[in-house]
Amino acid sequence: MPVTVKTFTSSHDAAAALSSDRSARYLGGGTLVMRALNEGDISISTIVRASDHAMTRIDASGSRITLGAGVTFARILAERDLAFLHGPARSIGGPAVRNMGTVGGNLFAPVPYGDFTVAMLALDAMVSVQGGLGGREIPIDEFLQSRDRQTGTLVLAISFAKPGSTDAFRYRKIARIKPKGGAVITLAAHLPLNGGRIVGARVALGSMAPTPIRARAAERALEGRALDTSTISAAAAAAVEGTSPGDNALASAWYRREIVGVHLKRLLSGQE
Amino acid sequence: MAKTALQFLHNGRDVAIFVDGGTNLLVALRELIGDMTPKFGCGQGGCGTCSVLIDGELHLSCLTLAETVAGRSVETLDGIKNGPNLHPLQRAFADNFAAQCGYCTPGMLMAAKALLDRNPQPSRAEVVEAISGNICRCTGYEPIINAVLAAASGGRARA
Amino acid sequence: MLELRKDLFADERDDNLKEIGKGTQRQDMLGHVTGTSPYFDDHKLQGMLHLKVVRSAHSHARLRRIDTSEAERSQGVRRVIRASDVPRNLNTLLSLINFGKDDEPSLAVDKVRYKGEPIVAIVADSPREAFEAIAKVKIDYEVLPAVFDVEDALKPGAPVVNEVYPKNTFTYHETYDRQQLRFGDADRALATADHVLEQRYQMSPIEHAPTETNGSIAAPDTNGRYIVYTSTQALFFSVDTCAKILDVPSNTFHFIGGTVGGGFGGKVDTLTEPLCILGAMLTGRPVRYVFGREEEMQYGPPRGAERIYIKDGVMRDGRVVARKVRAYFDSGAYTRLSSYAAVKCAAHLPGPYTIPNVHGDVYCVFTNRTPATAMRGFGVTAMDFAIECQMDKLAHLVGMDPMEFRILNAYRDGDMKAHRREAKNTALIECVQVAAEKAKWPLREDFKRMSSRKDGGGARAAVTPTPRETQAPPTALSQQRTTYDRAPAATREPPPPPPPSSPPPSSPPPRPSAPSHGAIRFSSVFGTRRR
Repeated sequence: MPVTVKTFTSSHDAAAALSSDRSARYLGGGTLVMRALNEGDISISTIVRASDHAMTRIDASGSRITLGAGVTFARILAERDLAFLHGPARSIGGPAVRNMGTVGGNLFAPVPYGDFTVAMLALDAMVSVQGGLGGREIPIDEFLQSRDRQTGTLVLAISFAKPGSTDAFRYRKIARIKPKGGAVITLAAHLPLNGGRIVGARVALGSMAPTPIRARAAERALEGRALDTSTISAAAAAAVEGTSPGDNALASAWYRREIVGVHLKRLLSGQE
Repeated sequence: MAKTALQFLHNGRDVAIFVDGGTNLLVALRELIGDMTPKFGCGQGGCGTCSVLIDGELHLSCLTLAETVAGRSVETLDGIKNGPNLHPLQRAFADNFAAQCGYCTPGMLMAAKALLDRNPQPSRAEVVEAISGNICRCTGYEPIINAVLAAASGGRARA
Repeated sequence: MLELRKDLFADERDDNLKEIGKGTQRQDMLGHVTGTSPYFDDHKLQGMLHLKVVRSAHSHARLRRIDTSEAERSQGVRRVIRASDVPRNLNTLLSLINFGKDDEPSLAVDKVRYKGEPIVAIVADSPREAFEAIAKVKIDYEVLPAVFDVEDALKPGAPVVNEVYPKNTFTYHETYDRQQLRFGDADRALATADHVLEQRYQMSPIEHAPTETNGSIAAPDTNGRYIVYTSTQALFFSVDTCAKILDVPSNTFHFIGGTVGGGFGGKVDTLTEPLCILGAMLTGRPVRYVFGREEEMQYGPPRGAERIYIKDGVMRDGRVVARKVRAYFDSGAYTRLSSYAAVKCAAHLPGPYTIPNVHGDVYCVFTNRTPATAMRGFGVTAMDFAIECQMDKLAHLVGMDPMEFRILNAYRDGDMKAHRREAKNTALIECVQVAAEKAKWPLREDFKRMSSRKDGGGARAAVTPTPRETQAPPTALSQQRTTYDRAPAATREPPPPPPPSSPPPSSPPPRPSAPSHGAIRFSSVFGTRRR
């Protein structure tokens, strides 16, 4: 069956087309869907597109930030209000990939990709989706856990609270090639401080499981404590708990488990 | 297969083609228009040799659905010469021995052009960043970086 | 006498040839910077079809049944090519120089020997239609036990990878299961050495990863010939290989190539041309067969893996007096060029050092891995890696500076090499001295004064008698801890000796008499031959 391209002006219509056809995939920046077609993935026979401007909107004026699913990493890098996300955005691809790849598509990017989603997971984002039955907001953890079943839903946007201070959000991608390369592992942490103590710690890891996951044991080690040496050591020691990394050409599962605590320690203590 | 009509600016010239559903821009340029300057290297966004400029922005043509460029401007290596004269970047690449097998060269030149069009006097680090999506498997990065820097300063000196 | 009329273009030629130190432009640079260099894929032909292959899903399996009926009816399919369509469906690359037995089909016949081996080819109007037809080919596999480790492949009872070589080793000179190097009496020298160091080294397969993937375009030409645009690095080799496989005279083809988007050795195997031309022959249309990136990385041949055991004997004064090497070159499922790689392993195992007693066994082993091929010094690279790591460890063992240790053991003009060739024009000592100077590495005065041209030959040119070998299997070599090892490594089983199936050489090769020019020719592939 040849590939059919369906373009809609409204995201609702696109979502309906997507949910009614198992062989349909939504085309964002092209870095996932076109790649699959180029490699001969015949399970895709319909490409759905939407030219809905809402999907490329950035709302970064208030305390809650909303990024349309079609926002590219290059646009995030051009946005001064999103400076705290420049690290994650810049860590993806080369310039061409950043001009194409989108925030929404990144939610579906398999290991060793999907670095931006690690940052979103640490920021406790909500994913706004449009399915066949209507729209809803899904916590990002839940979205990622059911990611394989989400191909029939259209992601419209992703939103999250802006970190209280520049120090509260941290990000680190470990790659063998700099400045560009697939991740060995990716780490992001959101550490809001209240009276010198961490309240609502979130640590997210990429390439440590089939989808980005939270390091819940490390979060527990951080919660309610000051970010001092002993807390950092305890969090680092707990980083590997609950992870299930795989082997790939960039690193073995064993190596990933060995280094995740080391890099979490560096992330938390602000070391380069 | 059902074909879709597609019209866009190819190196400043209006072109119209019919594409099959799902055709990528690289195939459209090479097989339908006959512009062989962008190359196929991976089809995955990993190598950068298919790089083109779409409305002045660096894109990977192999990951671009052809029909998304309708009404837009697509620039390839085939369009950067000024008549018989080489573009300063092409001249600098030649003078600095910045090509070995030559297969990454079209993508490198387009990535470099995307940089210099926005930032005529880049630092070395900015050049490295600008070509970071392009793989030279013959590992000739140093001459390539030097060529881009030479083109940047040469271009200014003449301007 | 033919007179060379240099006066004709006197102003256009410079006979001084003083090119060193000057930049000289590549003749293809203008094409490269303008994007007009003609790579094989830059040819747009009217009515071109696309060929894709169905690849084995298993590393080792019998093919019980291949059903292509649904694929043949699939939209856009022009031709399904099966093994029986290939005129001579068994080849080995070096058969062109009469080296080795035909062992590899273009399309698998009764079984597959590595994951990704081509089984059926589909020629269709578009790549998409070819991919759709591939999904409709039904293959009934009987999965067989596979072997992925060179030493496991030599154990008794190991699965037979390739029936052409039932012992899982390439056969040299129609007799031997290995390349052997015997010089002096290594066992006796090891027994009397002050220190003995045994180490195990290995190197993984390495993918060439050219930016341009392997591929070709074949098109019917006038007069029944075929034009073939190809990415090959070895154009004439490829012409003859295609002529053999397709059973036609080589002048049936007009090969056009030479502009290669990165080769590094990975484009010498004639991977795509035979099926591509066959597709053009069977459809009468131009056919394009290009590897996708995943195909290139997964199934394109890599540099072969090697495992090397070295046991060296060294004296307190730093002289290496014995070296015993057992090495395994992983050929994958087919020979390709690995038989030659093992010859090069044997050639390089003494290194550029004068070692009076050398004993080497190098096996070219078949496993159910992707067939290996050429890559930048294949056969040499891993061996050099191993012996230079070993030299550092030996220097450490006797408390010597590693640079001085190399100077001490370097071969000098007039020395006898383990291959029974006199060392000439040697320069390792000078290389190390210059490297040390550039790196500001301190050398003692006497080592700075040493020279490749002094103190060679004499006793260093002597050939110690080599004892006749018994049928007893050679002692296994193993890994020994050194200060270079970070933590106590898990004890590794010493490699089992290979089955003592092949007879050892009857006697060591005699020292060649003074070469009478032209009478005896030495080939690294064929050995010494009388003309």
